[in-house]
Amino acid sequence: MHVRRLGALIVTALVAAAVSGPAATRAADAPEIVIGSVLPLTGALAQTGAGLRTAQQLAADLVNGHVSYPLPMVGKTGLPHLGHARIRLVFADSQGKPDQARAAAEQLITQEHAVALIGTYASSTTATASQVAERAGIPFLNPDSSAPGLTARGLKWFFRTTPHDGTFAENFYQFLGDLKKSKNIAVKRVAVVGEDGLFGTGAGDAEEAGAKKYGYDVATRVSYPATTTEVNAEVQRVKTSSPDVIFQASYVPDALLFMRGYKQQGVNVKAIFAQDAGFVDPNFLKAIGADAEGVFTREVFSMDIKYRNQAVPLIDQLFRQRSDGAKPLDGNTARDFMGVLVLADAIDRAGSTKPDAIRDALMKTNIPGKLTLMPWSRIHFDATGQNDGGAGIIEQLQDGKYETVWPFDVAVRPVVWPMPAWKH
Amino acid sequence: MADAGVEALTTFEQLLAGGLLAGLVFALVAVGLTLVYGVMDVVNFAHGEFLMLAMYATLGLALVGIGPLVGLPLVAIALFLFGVVIYRVFIRRLLAGPPEATVFGTFGLLVLLQGLAQSLFTGDFQSVPHPPFQGTLRLGAVALSQATLVEGIGALVLTGALFAFVEYTETGRAMRAVAEDRVAATLMGIDVQRVNALAFGIGAACVGAAGALLMLSFPVFPTAGASFALTAFVVVALGGFGSIQGALVAALLVGMLEVLGGYYLAPELKMVPVYVAYLAIVLLRPQGLLGRR
Repeated sequence: MHVRRLGALIVTALVAAAVSGPAATRAADAPEIVIGSVLPLTGALAQTGAGLRTAQQLAADLVNGHVSYPLPMVGKTGLPHLGHARIRLVFADSQGKPDQARAAAEQLITQEHAVALIGTYASSTTATASQVAERAGIPFLNPDSSAPGLTARGLKWFFRTTPHDGTFAENFYQFLGDLKKSKNIAVKRVAVVGEDGLFGTGAGDAEEAGAKKYGYDVATRVSYPATTTEVNAEVQRVKTSSPDVIFQASYVPDALLFMRGYKQQGVNVKAIFAQDAGFVDPNFLKAIGADAEGVFTREVFSMDIKYRNQAVPLIDQLFRQRSDGAKPLDGNTARDFMGVLVLADAIDRAGSTKPDAIRDALMKTNIPGKLTLMPWSRIHFDATGQNDGGAGIIEQLQDGKYETVWPFDVAVRPVVWPMPAWKH
Repeated sequence: MADAGVEALTTFEQLLAGGLLAGLVFALVAVGLTLVYGVMDVVNFAHGEFLMLAMYATLGLALVGIGPLVGLPLVAIALFLFGVVIYRVFIRRLLAGPPEATVFGTFGLLVLLQGLAQSLFTGDFQSVPHPPFQGTLRLGAVALSQATLVEGIGALVLTGALFAFVEYTETGRAMRAVAEDRVAATLMGIDVQRVNALAFGIGAACVGAAGALLMLSFPVFPTAGASFALTAFVVVALGGFGSIQGALVAALLVGMLEVLGGYYLAPELKMVPVYVAYLAIVLLRPQGLLGRR
């Protein structure tokens, strides 16, 4: 019994040493640097929030540790320019509610003396929490909210690493531009189809703006109620506008109605570009079967990014270990992981915990895309605080599975163009 | 120019056919409601949730190898029993109270059933595996979904059967008598509770059959019924209380207005002509298109 307990103690000590790194290299009196994190830890988004917390904590531990990965600030036993000070994350619960997020941000700044804030996942809570940071003059890093308007508020202390919904629309046009160069494809007319809620109209507006910017004609814009039970008129509108490609933002039932309608009415286009959502739902794929072959969708993240950065599967493994087994790294958790590294990098370069210095360092951030877990070209903030290197990836349904086809350097399959015509 | 004219005509034919079929699907969902709401004058706000339950029942049978068409009678029987039980333990008590009681009570039932479905079956969208009739029927330039066609035929058969039942059977006549004057019916020796329970059960059985057929072309999820129920209420009110054939006519009208309006106006405005027609009927002919009152 004693022996076993002693053995367990030794193993625990070894593991602790391995995780925390050689304590000797750290100045014993190096201060801890507190980063405040606002996340939905309870409420409807609690499950997502728990994953984000695990990802952020993993990133902080790797910054404080000594094991090196091809990622910024990882494995340097803390922040070298600050005497290897450790970073410490303090979490506060937003409950997914804007007013709670505000209170959480206030608490982190006034009581925990956080030098910077990170969070908060839902766009509505990010809006309020970042206002608190703005008033207090504390840098706020948002790794995971996609409402385009967040960086259009003229805030001085707000930085966003993730691309927003407008970026994904642009990606489709960039992809078309790349295909024009490599395959000499001809696309001129685009149909913009989407449900009439925030999701569909936001995507549709961005797609229409992109058409103008990149020189395409909008053949038709179709906006329909998401709860509709038939799409006869909508499909006919698309058909008679004879587009080359269709942009589509739909949930599952309406995505099914449209795909069946396109097939019935013989709406043959070169490509359908879906905004994720219904088109990637396993139940959509099961119900529609081979009829969806060739559909494109956008994604924020894919394990295929491992072809660009070998750290992806390693971080995935560490993340799984901490999230009770089976939960893999995904777009949300990978973005939050990167967010902590970006803050650590800025604080280290600032060489100071003064808010002004950290803000200046954030504005000079320039992390190459290859050193991230994301499909981005780089992390670099424009004047609004938006990362201008953000990008999504484009996947295509090939043999019943979505495969990465763009950007070309992380693609696992060549693009199939045009999509197969309907067989009757 | 001639080509453009031909194309416009083809589009119109397609929209007309699509609208008629869409209308038949609305009729399919409204059939059960025409009896309970139309003939019995009992408002059941949980009608859509009965439909949702029927769709889940069909899915369950499909997962053990019984397809939607074979499963249809089983689902209809199950829903009949469900309807009778709900009436006996719940609706009956509501009817004894003030008129608002049925409105709030059945709305509560709606919330309860949606919540139960959410927790039991999750919010996922689920379809039956390999449903039959997934092809397209072509009549000249017009292309129609076979599944929707089967659903439309189902609507016609169910409406016809219900009409015959209410008009020509003893029980049907009793139902109409109860709807017309509850007290007088009681005095005539009609067991009102029994008749009501039966009507509620038959209405539920109709929605059960509808749910089984809808699984040919729709996925089920906790709020799947709600999308159909609102249209069904409009259809019954538009068609006229007490008129089963009126509901069928109204459903076809709603389907065509929705599809033609969606195309020639704008898809986001497709419900506008439907509600305008509804308002016009309510103002000018409150008893509905073929209503008797």
